[in-house]
Amino acid sequence: MKQWIAFWSILVKDARCYYLKPPNISWALIFPLAWTGMFFIKSGTGLDSVMTLLPGVVSLSILFGTTSLLAVAVTFEKRGRSFERLLLAPIPLEVLMLAKTSGAILFGIANAFVPLAIAACFADLSHVAWAATVPAVVLIAVASAFLALFIAVSVSEVFEAQTFSNFFRFPMIFLCGLFFPLAKLPVFLRPLSYLLPVTYGADILHEAIHTAGTMPLALDFGMLCGFCVVLFALSLRNIRRRWIL
Amino acid sequence: MTDEADLVIQVEGLSKRYGDVRAVDNVGFTVRRGEVFGFLGPNGAGKTTTINVLTGLARADAGTIRIGGVDCTGNPKKGQHLIGVVPDENNLYPELTGFENLCFCGALYGMRRPEREARARELLMTFGLVEAARRRFGGYSTGMKRKLTIAAGLIHHPPLLFLDEPTTGLDVASARQARQLIADLHRAGTTIFLTTHYIEEAERLCDRIAFIVSGRVVRLERVTDLVQPHQARRVLLVSVSDAKAGLGEELTLAFPAYRAAPAGPGQIRVESEEPICIGPLVRFLEERGVEVLEARQVRPSLEDVFVEITGIAIDAMRKEKEKRGAREGAG
Repeated sequence: MKQWIAFWSILVKDARCYYLKPPNISWALIFPLAWTGMFFIKSGTGLDSVMTLLPGVVSLSILFGTTSLLAVAVTFEKRGRSFERLLLAPIPLEVLMLAKTSGAILFGIANAFVPLAIAACFADLSHVAWAATVPAVVLIAVASAFLALFIAVSVSEVFEAQTFSNFFRFPMIFLCGLFFPLAKLPVFLRPLSYLLPVTYGADILHEAIHTAGTMPLALDFGMLCGFCVVLFALSLRNIRRRWIL
Repeated sequence: MTDEADLVIQVEGLSKRYGDVRAVDNVGFTVRRGEVFGFLGPNGAGKTTTINVLTGLARADAGTIRIGGVDCTGNPKKGQHLIGVVPDENNLYPELTGFENLCFCGALYGMRRPEREARARELLMTFGLVEAARRRFGGYSTGMKRKLTIAAGLIHHPPLLFLDEPTTGLDVASARQARQLIADLHRAGTTIFLTTHYIEEAERLCDRIAFIVSGRVVRLERVTDLVQPHQARRVLLVSVSDAKAGLGEELTLAFPAYRAAPAGPGQIRVESEEPICIGPLVRFLEERGVEVLEARQVRPSLEDVFVEITGIAIDAMRKEKEKRGAREGAG
């Protein structure tokens, strides 16, 4: 029970200090709108392309929503030494880091539903397989949040967190099959795509939204879960090695 | 003989390296229930590293640690519910108000809402921060930040409190208030592990003191036992208009029973095992064109013990620490 009180308090505190700040809420709204608009205009195929673009925009919204704030927030708290307060609390490191990432996960999930809501105004979403879409959104958010945590633990300064985040995020726009099928990528880049968690999340969404997935759903979900476990374990290991010196 | 159950901290053979630097080297000590234990040493001696290892913010390379009888050597989390920590920097959340910060810290220790809110109000009252309770921590003055940081360390009624430089950066009134609070906590039975650069503070508050130099505990005694050998010594502080170089040596040559040395700008410190005759000293100085502004006898203190053990002037060390505190306050 005591651990849950701590968990909930960390989540609420982070939501208030970071995720529910007006600039971040506006970022959550404007960012998906800008991406949707950009690809919509670029495709030139009118409203027909909404369903084709939706999986990529949803994935990107989650990826940028989770990584932008979490990596910076954790690094900021580490620099200001307020993170020490959390490390001194009598709660297991695993619970602590899950609490720390929960805010980002929820923020990422909320981000995902912005483009979905917009799309609902222009396209018929009745054929979307929600049973696959919703878990995919959650798993992409979890994997992205753990990626952000991994980034935060690997750097010391806030600006490094931003730079390092972009090092992962921007290639993902092109390498994860969000807007261009993986088959169209140069052969030498394709192995890289399969090393990125969003590739599998986007594939589930392509399948669930416009039946254009390229891999079995079980493989996609399995890989996403695997990425979540590995990234979280790596982050914990790095915290123990780098922060609890 | 101290009963093992009365030992709140038991440390044996504690060592910690950072690369090539041996920050803590085979340190061992015990802290008894209800005592104020001072941990003093020059900057970089290993005080904060020791606190970090004891509280779980750093890992020991060797040695054993027991907190409240619980072996925390491999798993510091086991003892963390027993300890409160006031770090040397104010590390609360600038975005949250004073009240919210205290409530959040209480929640980290599993305190339920009514309990932590009541305790937060009580602490805000104790520290005179009631009016600032709804203001953001980021907008507090340095002194207010320090007070709230100390309050945060007490939120869960810890039986053992680590205070790392608690009064650094506080104005005189706030520092006095903080010392009074430490004394009150001591009276209430809280065990306190204190590091400070204010030696008079340690002398006034601590029951026992360990001196750490270059990562090793070089002396551990009761304060009275540390100071007593120095009490027989006479010390005279002479303020002069112009403390020329070599004046101390000249005095020592002229008065072989005394040891004279500069003690800061315009001051000479004269020590002796025998009573010091002020008249001949003043005449000697005036004959050399040095005007004596003041001569006063001072009581040898723990500061003398510190200087003797560490060979480091406290003033320089304290100023460096205060500069750091001021930079933090400005930032």
